[in-house]
Amino acid sequence: MNSPTNWTQITPAADIPMREGRSVKMGSLNIALFNLGDRFLAVENRCPHGHGPLADGIVGGHGLATTVTCPLHNWRICLDSGEVVKPQAQSSPCVRTYPAKVENGIVMIDMSKKLSTEQAA
Amino acid sequence: MKERLVVIGNGMAGVACVEQILKHTQEFDITIFGDETHTNYNRIMLSSVLAGEKEYDDIVLNGIDWYQKHRINTKLGVRIADIDSAVRTVTDADGNVTAYDKLIFATGSSAFIPPMAGVDKSGVFVFRTYDDTRQLLELSGPGIKAVVIGGGLLGLEAARGLQVQGCDVTVVHLADTLMERQLDSIGGGYLRSKMEAMGIRVLCGRSTQALLGGTHVEKVLFKDGEEIDANLVVIAAGIRPNSALGKQAGVTVNRGIVVNDQMETSDPNIFAVGECTEHNGQLFGLVAPLFEQGKVLAATITGNRGPVFAGASPASKLKIMGVEVFSAGNFDCSRPGVEAIRYEDSSLGIYKKLVLKDGRLEGVILVGDASDDHRYMDWLRTNKDLSGQRRHLLAPPPAEDKGQDVASIPEGDTICGCLGVTKGDIIHAIHADGVCTMAQLKDKTRASTGCGSCTSLCKSLLRAVAPEFEEDKAKVLCDCVPFPQDKIREMIQSQRLKSVQDVLDIYGNGRGCEICKPAISYLVDVVWCGDHEEDRSARFINDRVHANIQKDGTFSVVPRMRGGVTTPAELRKIAEVAEKYNVPLVKVTGSQRLDLLGVKKEDLPKMWEDLGMPSGQAYAKGLRMVKTCVGDEFCRFGTQSALSTGIELERRLENLYTPHKTKLAVVGCPRNCAEATVKDIGLIGQDGSWQVVVGGAAGKGVRKADLLITVETTELALESAELFFQYYRENGHYLERSYDFVERLGMEKVRRETVYAVDEARQGLLDRLRKSKERSSDAWLERYNPRATQFVQIEPMETPVNEFAN
Ligand SMILES: Cc1cc2nc3c(=O)[nH]c(=O)nc-3n(C[C@H](O)[C@H](O)[C@H](O)COP(=O)(O)OP(=O)(O)OC[C@H]3O[C@@H](n4cnc5c(N)ncnc54)[C@H](O)[C@@H]3O)c2cc1C
Ligand code: HEM
Ligand code: SF4
Ligand code: FES
Repeated sequence: MNSPTNWTQITPAADIPMREGRSVKMGSLNIALFNLGDRFLAVENRCPHGHGPLADGIVGGHGLATTVTCPLHNWRICLDSGEVVKPQAQSSPCVRTYPAKVENGIVMIDMSKKLSTEQAA
Repeated sequence: MKERLVVIGNGMAGVACVEQILKHTQEFDITIFGDETHTNYNRIMLSSVLAGEKEYDDIVLNGIDWYQKHRINTKLGVRIADIDSAVRTVTDADGNVTAYDKLIFATGSSAFIPPMAGVDKSGVFVFRTYDDTRQLLELSGPGIKAVVIGGGLLGLEAARGLQVQGCDVTVVHLADTLMERQLDSIGGGYLRSKMEAMGIRVLCGRSTQALLGGTHVEKVLFKDGEEIDANLVVIAAGIRPNSALGKQAGVTVNRGIVVNDQMETSDPNIFAVGECTEHNGQLFGLVAPLFEQGKVLAATITGNRGPVFAGASPASKLKIMGVEVFSAGNFDCSRPGVEAIRYEDSSLGIYKKLVLKDGRLEGVILVGDASDDHRYMDWLRTNKDLSGQRRHLLAPPPAEDKGQDVASIPEGDTICGCLGVTKGDIIHAIHADGVCTMAQLKDKTRASTGCGSCTSLCKSLLRAVAPEFEEDKAKVLCDCVPFPQDKIREMIQSQRLKSVQDVLDIYGNGRGCEICKPAISYLVDVVWCGDHEEDRSARFINDRVHANIQKDGTFSVVPRMRGGVTTPAELRKIAEVAEKYNVPLVKVTGSQRLDLLGVKKEDLPKMWEDLGMPSGQAYAKGLRMVKTCVGDEFCRFGTQSALSTGIELERRLENLYTPHKTKLAVVGCPRNCAEATVKDIGLIGQDGSWQVVVGGAAGKGVRKADLLITVETTELALESAELFFQYYRENGHYLERSYDFVERLGMEKVRRETVYAVDEARQGLLDRLRKSKERSSDAWLERYNPRATQFVQIEPMETPVNEFAN
């Protein structure tokens, strides 16, 4: 099924300082939004290791990946793909990612992915 | 009798040639004359010395022990002034005569000084020798206006070095674009903007007429009448071969001393090697071909005549950190049958150009990203037919990982361009000689002892092939900023870098990670005594919200109770707050204070307001607390006032960052009830004096603190603690506890540089501590002026359509 997009206005871009993350509660869902300067990225705010709050992590970059490091035990998560990049070769599930963009100074997230998976479940 | 071999010139080419000769035979009685007073060092690395990245010891290639081991008569600081080739003698400037059977000229070249008035003024330099570099280092610094004449490789490296030393630098260049001999005008333009982005002023198309001023230079005057201020001038306008002695000896000299393919001059007993030579009309300015020459000459002079020197089209690489520029071959594409392939990304500042003829590479220019240079060099060297891979010329199919990248390099490929070491040579050294560190590899193969740009490739090879690969000692902070912490501290200081992002942009990969960002945050804070640009995104979450994150993402709140002393009113308030916010756990900590655990981030500022107490910084890599015993105010054994002294000490040091957490204690007598002997700093009261101890630990390991000093007054005890505290702040590595710190430095050094230091040094430490203290404040006051949404739980402006449909 080719699901339609579902862009949802979240918060003024100025609320999220450069290279920091903030968490946003969307009903039952907790999303971590990051300001990378030239773009915003959104992932589920829950580390696959011990459920640490990724929004509170330090943003960095390694090779091609832009990452956040979980504040609890330093797992590194790729913000574009949601994959765990450290510790290496972790077979743990990815963190879910959400498309994000800024329009008229407002950060927006496309929630269609979330809806379609939930509806499927 | 052994044949007498005399070498004039103790530089890179001459000594490398002697090394090669020694491989062939030990049958020469060798004398080397050098008019510099140093043994052979890596001249290429002078740029890095000027930029503060390396010191003299790092660039020595042959120490005096090498000369002794090979029984070489070494005459340092001796200049040869005359040669009589008829009787085969050389005469030094003092008139001493030395006879030779064979003579090698290895006199190198000198800086070319363009004709202009005023070059004899003080403050005018060239950049050729270690002594030049040392003088430049002495004179440069903040407030100095430096002008570099010449915008080629050497001039730009000099400019960057001076700027790192704090000078205000202008590069003046005759041509319209920088490095016009190595780059086309587009590449030169990119290079220019990179230099300018670093804060170096660039003036192209300027011809210098004169250097003005009294005895010392004050201004540079251009032909068009324009003047600029200058109190330091470096002339880097090119080099000229030192060939005058050749003329005296009667050998053929054009611009350089003329040599044939076997490195022979027109006199059968005289040879030449290095930048002083001219071969087929070509002069030299880079080391790679000179080492080739040395190999050929070594064969010729030892009676193994055969190998020939074929000339070379060497590659140039700019050695400025953060500015990648590489150029090789012929990039002129106005010739018939020549085509150019270009790639350009102006916002990343990347420009690449390949020049092809008949499907083969003729020239290459890389600006902004020179990571693939060895590929192109090999295509050039082997004249490889590239028609089959036209699609992948500029962007090779991505390799899976670094290891495979190394594996995919063919055995015959050159890894170290300067010294001509191939991958095969390195693999051989690893297997045959058991090489497993970079230092051993340098020793065995000389790889990476030239310009050093192949170091990371050599390391990857070692890592992939050597079973027992070991990283070299000086531990770098992390891959993002690959320098030891002490270097980074120096760079922050000399470059006046005030923010973490500046350090990452200039010396790192621009992005950083959770390892380097907090470390650099610490370093910029301490170097500038708090007068830096605080970037919270580079701090760990605890230091963004001034509380300790717990395993469930909640936080703990520990208010400051100086000296572990509280009041009924304070306790009442704490109790009320704990109830009001439903704090799940109240705990007396190991540090004589109370911890309220399980607090939500958004509740933090309100709780601090209700408590009205300062932050205890129980989360920070900084001063935690000063534990005390009741001391002579109550205790019947007490000899000193532990309570008031401890509280005063905590007031003086609170709110400051340290390399790692720092825990203090003050006790009133040697019974030591608050365990001062296992603290980072402890004050132990005695009858009529205080013992100040440092470097204690009672955590995973236990270490009894060392005595720093015994003093009579309480004020002196406090001051001694302050001295050590600031010294540790300034010299400790981030995440190095005081007990590792004192072991690394040794207590003797610590004492010598703190309590027993000269007055000025002690005063300096105290002044910087006071300055930092003035700029610091209770972190919990941020509740009144939060940084953006520091403590806020963001609520979405709208809910997605259908979100709660089921
Ligand atoms: C700052 C700087 C950066 C450089 N960067 C690079 C680079 O990145 N890549 C690269 O390939 N090359 C670089 N070079 C060039 C490289 O250093 C030279 O090509 C190389 O050192 C030349 O070696 P040489 O032995 O011919 O001359 P030198 O190393 O100059 O040695 C000649 C020695 O002979 C001595 N001498 C001269 N005349 C007499 C005399 N009459 N009696 C006694 N002694 C005498 C001189 O004092 C000198 O010590 C750089 C040079 C400088 C200065
Ligand atoms: C993330 C891990 C850690 C947490 C959350 C933690 C937490 C704490 C807290 C909250 C206190 C009281 C602090 C105060 O009142 O200021 C404390 C004290 C202490 N911690 Fe830790 N700590 C940690 C790691 C360590 C480690 C690694 C060591 C030793 C190597 C250590 C040794 C101590 C000691 C010795 C005290 C008591 C100090 C004293 O009574 O003088 N802690 N810790
Ligand atoms: S250390 Fe000495 S002064 Fe302090 S409480 Fe113990 S016995 Fe008393
Ligand atoms: S919860 Fe993220 S690393 Fe452990």
